[in-house]
Amino acid sequence: MLEARGLGKSFGQTRALTDVSLTIAEGELVAITGPSGAGKSTLLNCLAGVVRPESGEVVLDGRRIDTLPEADLTKLRRESFGIVFQFGELVPELTAAENVALPMLFNRHGRQEAMTVAAQWLARLEVSDCADRRTGELSGGQRQRVAVARALVTGPRVIFADEPTGALDTIGGEQVMNALIGAARGSRTAVVLVTHDNRVAAYADREIALRDGAVLAGVRR
Amino acid sequence: MTTGHVLLGLLVERPKHGYELKKEHDHRLAGAKPLAYGQVYATLQRLERDGLAEVVETQQEGGPERTLYAITDNGQAELERWLNTVEPSAPYVSSPLFARVAVAGNAADGYLVRQREAHLARMRELTAEKASGAPAQVLAADYALQHLDADLRWIETALARMKEHNNA
Ligand SMILES: Nc1ncnc2c1ncn2[C@@H]1O[C@H](COP(=O)(O)OP(=O)(O)O)[C@@H](O)[C@H]1O
Ligand SMILES: [Mg+2]
Repeated sequence: MLEARGLGKSFGQTRALTDVSLTIAEGELVAITGPSGAGKSTLLNCLAGVVRPESGEVVLDGRRIDTLPEADLTKLRRESFGIVFQFGELVPELTAAENVALPMLFNRHGRQEAMTVAAQWLARLEVSDCADRRTGELSGGQRQRVAVARALVTGPRVIFADEPTGALDTIGGEQVMNALIGAARGSRTAVVLVTHDNRVAAYADREIALRDGAVLAGVRR
Repeated sequence: MTTGHVLLGLLVERPKHGYELKKEHDHRLAGAKPLAYGQVYATLQRLERDGLAEVVETQQEGGPERTLYAITDNGQAELERWLNTVEPSAPYVSSPLFARVAVAGNAADGYLVRQREAHLARMRELTAEKASGAPAQVLAADYALQHLDADLRWIETALARMKEHNNA
């Protein structure tokens, strides 16, 4: 479904990715692991169409996406991808429900429909009680679950999560992971999960281990 | 003598048969090696010999299965002492994983990458078990997961050191 072939990317003198190839099937949960600086975020951003690789290709459902014009790429990201960052990156002045409804509004759904669907996702992630609170007032774990709801609300093919539990303690992280994995499996959404934490990687079906920008030899792809 | 203390702990509630003790042991210490019946009875006999447990009822016709054991006052005191004893931190590193690396040195990297995969596969199983597990199983899985994770983090450091050495 999502495929990368020979991806390469540098930032100035820094080689962030070298010849990375991988395939992610529909509904599959894949962890991209490795120490800090290994190139995990760069790889995730290339797959998600946020960063353009210098070499190689990214292909979604048989269509090359890394060379799409910016406007098409933005549209594709909004419709087919959901993204969760380490710190939620929610709009603090909006309520949790409004934050979750936002991607649907961008995709030109009516406000009422968007708020209804948002409420369903908040319930699914067990944060209904946060719906009418500004996200600036929520705990880290609640914010991350709201961010997962926001990523899922448009029914994406793939969710990209970059260290989604990085700022949480063990039990808070576990709640976010159970919510993310449960919701993704229930809706057959693929998840690409970046983490340096083995205990978080253990939620995925398989691992792509990065070291110094390349896939670690000896580890199955 | 951990098993003896665990059995004493299970006897606090009320007197029990060996069969019942084995089942409760295996349930409460989910993730630990199940007790063999032979070990249960050997341990109970030792507790009895040491005055920590006593036989309170024996069925005439039955085998040893029918013997009902209870904790004694001395047993209560010994259990209390054990529960409050801090386990000494292990003075020596002993692990077959570490031993291989000690022998193979910087050539152990291929082995470590495969060991890593095996540990992570086990962590996936434990994580899946946790999702539907009873509280005792969740605690046991947490314990196992964090120990496997400690190994994995050591493997990571060892691989980085070997790479540094092999590049020098
Ligand atoms: N925008 C950027 N500008 C310059 N260097 C970058 C940028 N993004 C990443 N890098 C460098 O690329 C390498 C890989 O970074 P990154 O993908 O963030 O790694 P990870 O997410 O595994 O910690 C690092 O050396 C990092 O410093
Ligand atoms: Mg990163």
